[in-house]
Amino acid sequence: MAERPILEVEGLTARYGAVTALNGVSMSVARGGICAVLGANGAGKTTLLRTLSGLKRADAGRILLDGADITRIPAERHVHHGLAHVPEGGGVIVELSVEENLRLGGLWRSGRRDRARRMAEVLELFPPLRERVSRPAATLSGGERQMLALGRALMARPRVLLLDEPSLGLAPLVTRQIMHLLLELRAAQDLTVVLVEQNARSALSITDHGFVLNQGEVVMEDSSRRLLADDRMRHAYLGF
Amino acid sequence: MDQFLNLTLNGLSSGAVYAALALSLVIIYQATRVVNFAQPALALISVYIAYAVSQATGSYWLGFGAALLTGLVLGAATERLLIRPVHGRSPLSAIIVTLGLLLVLQGLAGMVWSNEPHSFSYPLGFRGRFSASDWFALASVGAVALLLFGLYRLTPLGLRMRAAAFRPEAARLSGVRVGLMLTTGWAIASVIGALAGMLAAPPFIFPNVLDAVFIYAIAAAVVGGLENPFGALVGGVLIGLCLSYVSGYAGPELTTLAALAILVLVLSVRPDGLFSRPTARKV
Repeated sequence: MAERPILEVEGLTARYGAVTALNGVSMSVARGGICAVLGANGAGKTTLLRTLSGLKRADAGRILLDGADITRIPAERHVHHGLAHVPEGGGVIVELSVEENLRLGGLWRSGRRDRARRMAEVLELFPPLRERVSRPAATLSGGERQMLALGRALMARPRVLLLDEPSLGLAPLVTRQIMHLLLELRAAQDLTVVLVEQNARSALSITDHGFVLNQGEVVMEDSSRRLLADDRMRHAYLGF
Repeated sequence: MDQFLNLTLNGLSSGAVYAALALSLVIIYQATRVVNFAQPALALISVYIAYAVSQATGSYWLGFGAALLTGLVLGAATERLLIRPVHGRSPLSAIIVTLGLLLVLQGLAGMVWSNEPHSFSYPLGFRGRFSASDWFALASVGAVALLLFGLYRLTPLGLRMRAAAFRPEAARLSGVRVGLMLTTGWAIASVIGALAGMLAAPPFIFPNVLDAVFIYAIAAAVVGGLENPFGALVGGVLIGLCLSYVSGYAGPELTTLAALAILVLVLSVRPDGLFSRPTARKV
């Protein structure tokens, strides 16, 4: 018997004025899985994540996290439910130091000792951050910023992590490092990851499941291996 | 030499008042990108409340506390009821709202307490070179600056407030209630404004008593760089000193002109103020 998926989305619809960005998206993500959301520019990938994390209001449909309906709760409450969102570009606050960015991520949790322990754990995961902990975040490189964004999200001890294009603007080598890191995190942190990527090939190489969005609808869903092998699908939606 | 010392000390104490008011403008500008033109009116109402409380109880310090409390409530209410509804529209709407509030509150103060000046007794001596009231102005503004620094740099609330001001969306994703932080920022700023009002108003209060002080405070905030609290402090003291020298050596009728000259001079050399961040802000 398969256990209940940790994230279930049913008929999710989101509009910007007259434009429908998501049109009845349904998907479910298995606990501990790492899945890719793929699609061309404007397919609705970013809107999907923004709606999941409450930054964008859902116009219809439901979002269930571990069985609890989180469709209508405000964005700042999502960390309390165990859902973290790293937006496109990371959303690192460059005016703050590396340490302050991390601290911010765990601030909603009570317990100073628990937060300190978590900070040590997160720094353990990202050695480059440990060396720059008191530096302004503005001095970090692109890859380090992405690490900081990830680290800040992990400070909240999320169960589900939404990642929007972590490879954006990074060199291929750094992208590979980040992807590798995600695999390690998934294994070590009991984490479920939803990864939005423009770079379908690298996303499918580390995920176990993939959803393909087109014009706000899920047009295909399959295991990542089969999606990679499906030539027709690759040409039609992923462009490689 | 003696006159120079006198003018310097005078400049310092009036500069402290400009600095406090400038600080209240900068805190709000940092958080909401709005220059709060209603700040002198919020401070004015606070001072009138202090006047009423002092009259009723006979205690200046009870009035002083009432002024700070009034500032707190007015600041929070202004953000929540008037600024929040126009948030996210053009910044001009919020500025117009604050200008409107300025006129309404000044008018209201005139209706309630009349436009005639009331004498507002002050328990600290203000005669002579560097009187007790001058000391009090410098010390209280210095204490406020230190407290603010501690709040912003060292406390979780301060971290949340900075995050909410710099990157509201990222702050929300980290669980920060951004709206609450903005309200808190306005409340704190308005308390500081009320303090500035209490320092600036005596010995008389009337509805326009803070207008000149506010003009100099805006100059101080702009000179220091609207985004920098430290700049506001330095700008305030700088303006206070310059105006004191001009008034002493060249005549008091030239002070307003001198403030304008300083503003033009600084802005022509450093358009974003003396202490602004050199990096451009990404919009």
